[in-house]
Amino acid sequence: MDDNDPKIAGDEKQSELVWGLDVTPEASPVDPGVIAVGPEMAVAGDVHPIDEGEFVRGSSLWRDAWRRLLKNKLAVFGLVVVVVISFAAITGPAIIKAVSGITPDYIPTDDIRLVKSFPPFTGPEGKFSWAHPMGTDNAGRDQFARVLQGGQISLFVGIISTLVSLLIGVSYGAIAGYVGGRVDNLMMRIVDVLYSLPYVILVIVLLSMFRSQTARGQLVLLFVALGSVSWLTMARIVRGQVLSLKNQEFVLAARATGVSTPRIIFRHLVPNTLGPVIVYATLTIPQVMLTEAFLSFLGFGVQAPLASWGSLAADGAQNIAIFPWQLIFPGVTMALTLFSLNFLGDGLRDALDPQMRTD
Amino acid sequence: MLRFIIKRLLVTIPTILVVITISWALIRLAPGNFYSGEKRLPAAIEQNIREKYGLNKPWYKQYGKTMWNIIRHRDFGNSLKYQGQSVNNIIWRSLPVSATVGILAYLLALIVGIPIGSFAALKQNSKWDYSSMALTMLGISVPNFVLGPILVLVFSLSLYWLPPSRWDGLFSRNIILPVLTLSAVYMAYIARLTRAGMLEVLRSDYIRTARAKGLSEKDVVIHHALRGGLMPVVSYTGPALAFLLTGTVVIEKIFALPGLGNYFIQASLNRDEPLIIGIVSFIAISLLLMNLLVDVAYAFLDPRVRYH
Repeated sequence: MDDNDPKIAGDEKQSELVWGLDVTPEASPVDPGVIAVGPEMAVAGDVHPIDEGEFVRGSSLWRDAWRRLLKNKLAVFGLVVVVVISFAAITGPAIIKAVSGITPDYIPTDDIRLVKSFPPFTGPEGKFSWAHPMGTDNAGRDQFARVLQGGQISLFVGIISTLVSLLIGVSYGAIAGYVGGRVDNLMMRIVDVLYSLPYVILVIVLLSMFRSQTARGQLVLLFVALGSVSWLTMARIVRGQVLSLKNQEFVLAARATGVSTPRIIFRHLVPNTLGPVIVYATLTIPQVMLTEAFLSFLGFGVQAPLASWGSLAADGAQNIAIFPWQLIFPGVTMALTLFSLNFLGDGLRDALDPQMRTD
Repeated sequence: MLRFIIKRLLVTIPTILVVITISWALIRLAPGNFYSGEKRLPAAIEQNIREKYGLNKPWYKQYGKTMWNIIRHRDFGNSLKYQGQSVNNIIWRSLPVSATVGILAYLLALIVGIPIGSFAALKQNSKWDYSSMALTMLGISVPNFVLGPILVLVFSLSLYWLPPSRWDGLFSRNIILPVLTLSAVYMAYIARLTRAGMLEVLRSDYIRTARAKGLSEKDVVIHHALRGGLMPVVSYTGPALAFLLTGTVVIEKIFALPGLGNYFIQASLNRDEPLIIGIVSFIAISLLLMNLLVDVAYAFLDPRVRYH
């Protein structure tokens, strides 16, 4: 595209809109290289045509939000901890296996003296040892590897169940909000009724009745159970957003040009609700992880040989009098993760939606 | 107000029936049977069992009979595992334990949480505000099944101050640790909700009016701000009761308390069908009635809701 293209050059309004300045591309006598100011100040000098305009970076919602997030120390702390713990959980067991040859479910059957619970950093005969920084469990399995592997399962359950709830909640809320009227009324009554159910109790009944024979089967059951009960708030939030968006011009324009209703809902409205949805999803992950841990603690969730932080804590709680490290390490790791996720969620809320802040 | 209550009751009753139906259906749809254990039963014995418990009748008759007994006679039948005990009996025996722990925990949470939250709001952005909010976040993030055993480790097994488990009635030292463990998370939530509510209210016009007419800061906070600022706490009471119920399940397991939650877990593990349906229905009924009560209280406290 040429500078002298009449469509661009002739339309002063458009250049104003694009660059937010009363400068047309032709009115730039200064050599761009001369100006030595930050990019946000440099607009007047080096205005380029739009197709080489990587310089004209607008301050988008996401960019602003990211900057605000980075200013929030607690949220940054949360983000860092979550990233570190996730990375450790994903790569940790493999690294431990490569370094010392110990897998999370390795029981030292060849040496019977090792099949017992050692305190942290302790080897046989009570000597200091680097082999098990978090000690071992009753069967002599390395606690460190187990906590990391448990983290994999806990984070996995948290994320997958949140995605399930996202899928159901966003579609449900968006449809209810956009269609409106009697359909909306009925759909939201259903949500109200489901809201008042003692759903954890029903989940326990579901999990205990349909108890799967395999650990994997039980995990899938857990996703279904957790995802299908945690979408209610999401549906309400998305509906509220859609209600406030659906009468705006861009929806009217889409409808006028003959866009189908499903396409309006999912291509035009849903992307605009993304801010609150991301915030709430971040806050759903710790909630789901907590529920999963609670169910696993009671023995309805993740089954052996798989372990999650909840099931590790359950084993540890039984031995709290003699082997406290069996509870403390998985428990503290989990608490730290939830703590960080909550701070991250709060920070995201403040960053993405400053109006929602409570202070 | 009466219309409001009647309208809410009309929603509550079908909801209770839905809960009972869901739990009944879940149990019936699950593979296997309550008598299917490790050993295969001889056909004749199985036939007898099926006859005795009405399992050879079509499903709608079984469903109808269960519902009829529950609605008409408030009778959930006898427990399958606790021989000779009726479900009603077990519920009424274990309810006081759960209710005592739950109510005490919620009261403690209110007593501790509201002052912390109010102070944080009054001294917004101070060191006190930040540290108490970080502390409450910690309270929300530490699961009670981690906190409970750690408290036992510290106060019972190391310091020998408090007994680690067992139920010994309301007026005993046994109750301290369970109540403390259960209430931690609610203290945190209530403190955060109070802070948010107070911050909102402290900015409003009527607080400015109260200050302008020369009331002392103490009067402004206690008589004017708290009333509005505590509304989020009131509306949180409904969901809190639901979580309190699930919380007691864990607490009762950790501290070996003979409460409703402990029986529920045992019933689920044993597939004790009448007991499961009985406890689920009981929990649903009490939960929904409490929610109704909270809504009425809310409407009473906030006139705007009543005319909506």
